[in-house]
Amino acid sequence: MKKISTEKILTVMTVIAIFMVWYIITATGLFSETIIPSPKSVWESFVDVSRNGYKGHSLLEHLATSMKRLVIAYLLVVVTAVPLGLLSGYNSKVRAVLEPIVEFYRPLPPLAYYTILVLWLGIDESSKLALLYLAGFAPVYIACVSGVIRIREDYINGAKTLGASKRQIFFYVVFPAALPDIFTGLRTALGVEYTTLVAAEMVAATAGMGWLVLDASNYLRSDTVFMGVIIMGITGILLDRIIRFAEKKIIHWKGRS
Amino acid sequence: MSDTWKEKLYEPSDELIAVQNVDYRGKETNVNADELISIEGVDLDYSAKSGSIKALENINFNIFPGEFVCVLGPSGCGKSTLQKILAGFIQPTTGMVKLDGNEIKGTDWHRGVVFQNPPLYEWFSVRDNVAFGPKMRGVPKAEYRRLTDEYLEKVGLSEFADKKIYELSGGMKQRVSIARALINDPEILLMDEPFGALDALTRENVQNLTRKIWWDTGKTIFFITHDVEEALLLASRIIVLSKHPGKVIEDIQVDFSRKIMEDGETEIKFTENFYKQREKLLKLINVQ
Repeated sequence: MKKISTEKILTVMTVIAIFMVWYIITATGLFSETIIPSPKSVWESFVDVSRNGYKGHSLLEHLATSMKRLVIAYLLVVVTAVPLGLLSGYNSKVRAVLEPIVEFYRPLPPLAYYTILVLWLGIDESSKLALLYLAGFAPVYIACVSGVIRIREDYINGAKTLGASKRQIFFYVVFPAALPDIFTGLRTALGVEYTTLVAAEMVAATAGMGWLVLDASNYLRSDTVFMGVIIMGITGILLDRIIRFAEKKIIHWKGRS
Repeated sequence: MSDTWKEKLYEPSDELIAVQNVDYRGKETNVNADELISIEGVDLDYSAKSGSIKALENINFNIFPGEFVCVLGPSGCGKSTLQKILAGFIQPTTGMVKLDGNEIKGTDWHRGVVFQNPPLYEWFSVRDNVAFGPKMRGVPKAEYRRLTDEYLEKVGLSEFADKKIYELSGGMKQRVSIARALINDPEILLMDEPFGALDALTRENVQNLTRKIWWDTGKTIFFITHDVEEALLLASRIIVLSKHPGKVIEDIQVDFSRKIMEDGETEIKFTENFYKQREKLLKLINVQ
């Protein structure tokens, strides 16, 4: 049998403790159901929404709508921000063009420029995707640039003395050497996109987990809000786990040299 | 070269072959041998905030095929800078360096480099690290596979071919680094304090390996070190650089390395001659 580590036990116990505190507080009846709904009513809301759906869409449809937006925007980030970031790190001229743009919009709160995106792209999916894309692009781009800049000079000099061309150095040395940083950027981007998702679904959406939570809060349905938040939390952890798993498989040397 | 140093060092001694252009193994004279590398009037200035700093001043010497040249000097004498110029990582401020009569203008695979801290690619296995050079140069797969096995064998790492880099010890990493540089069959092997970070036992081990490779292949080696004993145990010729700015203050032929290979003299470093040579070189370095 596999030994369970102390840390795992501690994590599980923390979760159980939080549930117990939650249960005890609501059981005392000190707070109204609107302020803190009991675990029981949250569970009932979950059962109800998964059985009957929420305002015309099933729970899975809400989740799938959000995930679809997230995944499409995320894939767009991966296929554009990674190559552009690596190229910017490798070639200072490319960096001179792209960096000021990224530096400018990166600190802006997504909602500040969301209205502009809606004006330009319309109120449907494309403006939402653009918002998520922009939110995810910056962290990946910046991580890739710094990943390339931090590469030991000897790695590149070594490859040159062995006869590699500039192109070969990029693919066989620069890219793999920057992988740990790329993954850090990818994980950050996922988190940023996930938080932006709720903002994106605030405007003229009719489905999605973010929209579900916001709509429920308009009617003070705290049980449904709690339920939605918990599902989004768990989904977020799962997505991060997938990336961490891929990272571990791909960058087998990380932290061991 | 300062004449006072010359006089001091050129006292009659059996261990010194004071005549230039003697074959590196001392077997036959080889007066007409063409130089492999010629370093002609090389100066190097580093620009710093307080103006430029001279790292190397008027370096002039040739390296002949098959020599094992050790460059000795105190830290900060610019010996690594000289190695970087030979590799083509930096250009001299004045003067030039030629390989086979052609000026060295950039980095290419004709000069293999072994770095102090081996920049092995952790994302590749030991085998793929060794195969890197020929693979990049477009050598056919069957050929570079055969070469990889051959060179892994040469450095005694055949059993470790499929290991990851982080699974190797420091000595093994440096062996991979040597194999990786040698597999391209470069005209000269440039080694920059390659064993400085290793413990004494491992160090002796890789020193022996390096000497054996030099002896067996006849490869020209340019080796930077600050360790007098290491230089004496490996070199066929020792060049001493002075501190700030680096100038050649001594250039001598030695044959301890040859004796170790020819006569299997393992105790050579306990002989009187070795001791004398070591004291002389140490004095030369420490007086500065």
